[in-house]
This record gives sequence, structure tokens and C-alpha cells, in this order.
Amino acid sequence: MDSATDTVLAEQFDEIEQQHSADTLGMWIFLATEVMFFGGLFAGYAVYRFSFPHVFYAASHHLDVLAGAIDTAVLLCSSLTMAFAVRAVRLGQRWMSILLLGVTAVFGAGFLVIHGFEYHHEWTEHLVPGGSFAFEGADPHRAQMFFWLYFATTGLHSLHVLIGVALMLVLAVLVLLEKITAARFMTVEIAGLYWHFVDVVWVFLFPLYYLAGAR
Amino acid sequence: MSDEIISPRIYFKNFGALIVLLLLTIGAAYLDLGPLNFVLAMLISLTKTALIALFFMHIRWGGKMLHLAAGAGLLWLGILLALTLGDYISRGWLPVAQH
Amino acid sequence: MKLQPQSYLAEHTVRSWLLTHDHKRIGILYLLTIIVFFAIASVAAALMRIELVTPQGDLVTSETYNKLFTIHGVLMVWFFLIPSIPAVLGNFILPMMLGARDVAFPRLNLLSWYIFIAGGVLALWSLIHGGVDTGWTFYTPYSSTYSNSHVISMAAGVFVAGFSSIITGMNFMVTVHKMRAPGLRWFRLPLLVWSLYATSLIMVLATPVLAITLALMSVERVWGVGIFDPKIGGDPVLFQHLFWFYSHPAVYIMILPGMGVVSELITCFSRRRIFGYGYVAAASMAIAVLGFVVWGHHMFVAGQSVYSGMMFSILSYMVSIPSAIKVFNWTATLHKGSISFATPMLYALGFIGLFTIGGLTGLFLAALAVDVHVTDTYFVVAHFHYIMVGGMVMAFMGGLHYWWPKITGRMYPEFAGKLAAMITFIGFNLTFFPQFILGYLGMPRRYHAYPPEFQFFHILSTAGASILGVGYLLPFLYFLWSLKWGRVASGNPWEATGLEWQTPSPPPTHNFEKTPVVTREPYAYDAVTGKEEPQEGLMQQTSAV
Repeated sequence: MDSATDTVLAEQFDEIEQQHSADTLGMWIFLATEVMFFGGLFAGYAVYRFSFPHVFYAASHHLDVLAGAIDTAVLLCSSLTMAFAVRAVRLGQRWMSILLLGVTAVFGAGFLVIHGFEYHHEWTEHLVPGGSFAFEGADPHRAQMFFWLYFATTGLHSLHVLIGVALMLVLAVLVLLEKITAARFMTVEIAGLYWHFVDVVWVFLFPLYYLAGAR
Repeated sequence: MSDEIISPRIYFKNFGALIVLLLLTIGAAYLDLGPLNFVLAMLISLTKTALIALFFMHIRWGGKMLHLAAGAGLLWLGILLALTLGDYISRGWLPVAQH
Repeated sequence: MKLQPQSYLAEHTVRSWLLTHDHKRIGILYLLTIIVFFAIASVAAALMRIELVTPQGDLVTSETYNKLFTIHGVLMVWFFLIPSIPAVLGNFILPMMLGARDVAFPRLNLLSWYIFIAGGVLALWSLIHGGVDTGWTFYTPYSSTYSNSHVISMAAGVFVAGFSSIITGMNFMVTVHKMRAPGLRWFRLPLLVWSLYATSLIMVLATPVLAITLALMSVERVWGVGIFDPKIGGDPVLFQHLFWFYSHPAVYIMILPGMGVVSELITCFSRRRIFGYGYVAAASMAIAVLGFVVWGHHMFVAGQSVYSGMMFSILSYMVSIPSAIKVFNWTATLHKGSISFATPMLYALGFIGLFTIGGLTGLFLAALAVDVHVTDTYFVVAHFHYIMVGGMVMAFMGGLHYWWPKITGRMYPEFAGKLAAMITFIGFNLTFFPQFILGYLGMPRRYHAYPPEFQFFHILSTAGASILGVGYLLPFLYFLWSLKWGRVASGNPWEATGLEWQTPSPPPTHNFEKTPVVTREPYAYDAVTGKEEPQEGLMQQTSAV
């Protein structure tokens, strides 16, 4: 064991492999809790879509499929740069790592900006549930449920993206200060798992909300 | 967690496949397949999830435990959805309950 | 001369406690915290019992009474029972049972305590500003629309505390997977480890659903419309589905660790191997998994479909199988054992009896038609107190006595211990057995006034509660006393097996001087002498001589 890994190894572990596999397993367990955290909202979606499907189709028609598709593409791009960022850190390419982490953060921020415009548009169209809600359709009351779920779920997702962007910036600074080096790549790998998870959630939100009433 | 460094080709191929699936899911949404629309959309999303998890999240090179942890999340979400929906689906079955 | 490694208690500064990464110290921080919450929740219970001595509502108004049972429920469930065995005894013992120096993520472990404190402060803030009157279940639409109390801060407290239990669960799971000593295979793990693993599984997969549910309820309260709101097509019963998806498995968070502790106690004080080790271990996992598919039995009269009710009823019966396996195996372990009635054993035996009553009455409640009769009556109250207090608190007290010498390096006074265990058992039964009868006769729960014919049983119950109070106060006093005047404990005062007994009492900071190597199954008590069997390696040595 060289001196670089020596300081990386926490005192409760015997070997660096043990520590790495513990870190990864811990993160995957955390991601399972995240699945269940979003699960409550998915359950709500399932129950109400089952109960009044046609209201959902009509309401879904008011979301912009193109914007949703761009959202998805941006997040997929960010996942690619994230994967390369982890690789660069492992290879000890300091400036490359900083660049890729920065680009990932920019994609994340881009997603938030596009979504901000969508929210603004929906606000002006009176699609936000509550007193000012207006909807020309068969069942304006229950249409609110679709938009309530849409805002709650995408809002929670955007919060996750925001946390991810902050995380990327912090990691970039840590790489710059050489607090994160190739021996400590695990921090970036773990953050990467989180980032990809946020991408996966969107992969489901896009068809459930934007595409349900595309026709 | 793998000890080897993964080649860029794998990442690029994976990304390409994900973009193709994205276009596919949008296209499928404009076809009239009845209830199959939903099924198809979910199948494509699950495939995308599998690709992201296997290659970007390195689960392909990870141990059995990681598969179990990732599977447990989905399985338990399935329990939540299935048993909750079971109630709503079967509520109308009993004719007296219609009042 | 070899230098003795320092005990984990050697440092005395406040800083050394508040910034500690040591799982043993974090366990003690949790212990001190939950005692405070237990005390507050007990005062609420005492006020309720005093109010119920007379049929009229003369001590508190109905509104105050609603707030009393809410604070009692919220604090006892989320701020005492759920962290009790896992976060206190589990934190202290689990790494030692595995032969590890610490848990996998010591810093997260400390963070979980701070998060717990933050949640507790929010809950107390809500209490001080007037409390909540929804009951611990926060049912909508009452909580989201009609209640005029501090629902959001209390729900926020529970939400935050939930993350502390998620972190503890994640930490335990990774620790069990990755930190076992050489030779400690899965089927050589002590049964407490199995039960804590099963508990962690529930904490990790169920708690986030509670978090999102309480968050959605709070957003609905603030925003005025929401996912459970019938105005926009919402269904309040969905709240109950999501709430019980967490809260039924949470009942198993509140009993599984107790079962694990009892397995340790029964084997040690009957000097026998556990009967059917594999079955007891598998039963823990089966309870954890089956516990997730039975939640609908809380909603038989809530408007859930009849077919759903039938299915949940059948599934609920299935959970009784692994639970019964455990009871049978403990009993079979006792058979022909050389039993000694030390204090921890008294608690363990009490646990078996009370858990059996609680479990069997659970079957009554899982039966659709019977449940319609006793829903929301004192029968339900008695049933879950038999599980949660008669089960978990008894096991917690038993475990605390058993590991007290390991934790503090001092013995508690044995006579006082036995006395307290007896008083607790008698007081508990006198408090809660009459409530079965009350409930069956039709006394609904959550009322501060009642028809005079129920008074006799209520007086019995209140009398029992005051005895129970003594039973809890007594250990508190003699534990404090023992810290200074208790007999100094050896490394293994019970002559028990298990890695935690192979270190000095109190243990050094990193538990073991040298990582132990395990060569055999747990509970290797010799069938004839009751002493620990010599290790394989040592046996070869003696036979060679």
C-alpha cells in the first residue's frame, strides 16, 4: 500500500477495496430510498390516472412535448459528461476533470432554466392549481389533480437537479484544490451515481406527464 | 465498482442508444395503440434505466449486492403501486358499493 | 509492560462527546436523548390516565385530551421506540458483535444523531406552541384542512427524524455486509445482528414513503389544494394507504430488534444453543418482507374495497407464522436449559408472554368481521401496547440491563433490578389487560369522557399505570446510582458467548486490540456444563497434551 492510499483509507476499514465497496453499496441503498421517496408521488399518479384517465390525457396535452424532449436530451448529455468526469478523475487528469464537472453543472443549470420557462408559461396559462386555475375542458376540477402532481413531481425533481448542480461545483473546486485526486475518486463516483439517478427519474417523468396526451 | 477504467467507446455507444430510445418513445406516443401506448412508454423507460444503470452507473462491473440493492428499490416500488392500485381497481366490483 | 488501550469513556470534554465518531458514544448520546422524549411522552400518558379515572371530562378539555394523545403517540413512536433498540443498543453492540472497529460510516452516524435532535426540536417547538390534535396518524382531510393546531411543525419534526433513521438503517446494512470479522459467515452471526439487519431494511425502504406523504399533506395544508383533496378528485384514503405503507412496517421496526435482544438473553441465561438458529434468522427476514404487504388491515373500515380487505386479511395471517416460529424456538431453547433468573432474563420471559398475547390479539384484528366490531376501540389500544410496550420496551430494558456492564463497566444492583422487572410486568398487565375488556365492550379510543359503566376498568388501568411508572422510575434511579457505586464489572460478567464479551468493560475506543477470528456458530454453550465451549483450535491443543 503506498502512502497516497494510506491516508485515503478510513480507520474503521482494513483495505481500500473494502472501503470502496462499502461506499458504493451505501450509495445504492440510499438511491433505493430515493426511489421510494418519489414512489409516493408515483402512487398518486397511478391511482388518479387509473381513476380518471381521460382528464389526464386532456390535461397532458397542455404540456410542451418539444420542451420536455429537450429537457430529456440535456439530462442525457449531462449523464455522459458525468461519466467522463469520473473517468478523468480516475486517470488523474485534473483540468479535464474540472472542465467535465463544470460542463455537467452547466447542463444541469440549463435544464433548470428551460424548466423555469415552462413553469412561467404554465403560470401565465393559468394551469397552476388553486384559485386562479382555468382550464377549458370537460372536467376542470379534476384536471387540477394532473397539474398538482406535475408541479409536485417535477418540482421535487428540479430540487434534486439543483442539489446536483451545487454538488458538481463543489467537486470541481475540490479537484482544483487537489483535495480530490485519483486516489480519492470515490467521492466523484458516488456523486455520479446520484446524478445518474436524477436522470433516471426524469426518464420516467417525461412519458408519464408530457407524452400521456401527446396524440 | 470496477477496478478497470472503462473505455470511452462504451460511454458514447450507450449515449447513442439512449438518444435513439428518446426519439423512439416520442414517436410511439403519437401512434394510436390504445392501452399499449402506456405499456410501450414504460418499457422504453425501463430499458433506458437499465442502460444508464449498467454502463453509466457501472453496475455491470459491480457485485451481486449492487444488483440486489437496485432491484430492491424497484421491487418495493412495485409492491407499493400494486397493492395500492389493487384497492382502486377492485372498488367497483361489488355492485352494492356503487351507491 | 504492555500499555492497556484507553477505555472509550476516558475523555471527558463536552467537545469529545459532541464531535465523537465512536459508535459507542453515539449510542449513549441517543440513549440520553430518548430518555428525555420518553419522559415527556410519559407525562402526557399520565395526564390521560388521570383524566380517565372519572367518567366526566373534569381534568382536561376534549381539545387538550386530543393534544395529549397526539404528543404521546408521536413522541413514543418516532422519538423513543424507533430509535430505542436500533440507535441505542444497536449502535453500541452491532459493530462489536461483528468484530469491527466501528460502523461503516462513523461520520454519517454522528450526523444521524444531529438530524434526530433537529427533528426533536421541531416536534418540541410544535408542542410548546400549543401542540397538535390530529393523533399520531395525521389523517387527512382533518390534518390538511380542518385542524387548527401546529400540524406542519410536528409533521416536519417527524419528516426530519425519519432521515436519521434512514441513515442508521443504511449504515447498519453496509456494516453487516462489509465489516464482518474473518470467519464470521452469515450463519454465524448473532441473532440480534439478523434482526437489526431486517429492521434496517424496513427503515431504508419504508421511511421515505412516510416522508413524502407528510410532505404532501403539509403542502396541501399550505397551498389549499392537494393530492388528497376531494375537491380536485383526490381521495383521502390514499393518504391512509401511503401512511400505513410506512407505519405498518414501522411496527416491525418496533418489535424485530426486541426479538433479537430476546434471542441473546434466552440463550445466555438458559446456557443453551438457540433451537433452530436458521429458522429464527430467516423468520426475521420473513417478518421484514411480509410486513410490507399487510398495511391494508388498518383500513378495513376506511372505505377500501372489500376484495382488497380480504387479501390484506389473508396476508396479515401469514405474518403470524414467522412470529410464532420465534416464540416456539425460544420456548424450545428454554427446555432442559439451566435457567437462571437474572434481571435481563426476567424481562425476556416477560417479553415472550406479553408478545404472545399481543400477537394473538393481532390475529383477532386481522379477521375482517371481528375487526369491524373492535376498530377504534380500546381493544386496538391494548393490542398495540402489548406489542410496543410489553414487547419492545421490555426487550429494551432487558437488553439495557444485560449490556449495562459492557456500556459502563459497572454492575446494576441485582435485587433492585429483579424488583423493577416484576413491578413493570405486574403494572403493565394491570394497565392494559382491562383495556381489552373495555374495547370489547365498546369503549372507543381517543375520548376524554365515557359512560359510567366503564369506570371500573378505567380505574384498574390507571392504577396499573401508576405501578408501571414506578417500574420505569426505579431502573432510572439505580442505573444512575450504579455509575458511581455499582460493583466493577469484568469483561464478561454473564460468561456469555459473543464477540462483544471478549473485550474489556468498558471497551477501548476501537473495541478490539486485534481483529478477532471466528471459527464457529454463535451461542456455543456446552450442553453439560453450560460454560462456553472451548474453541476448536484450543481443543486440539488440549487433546494433544
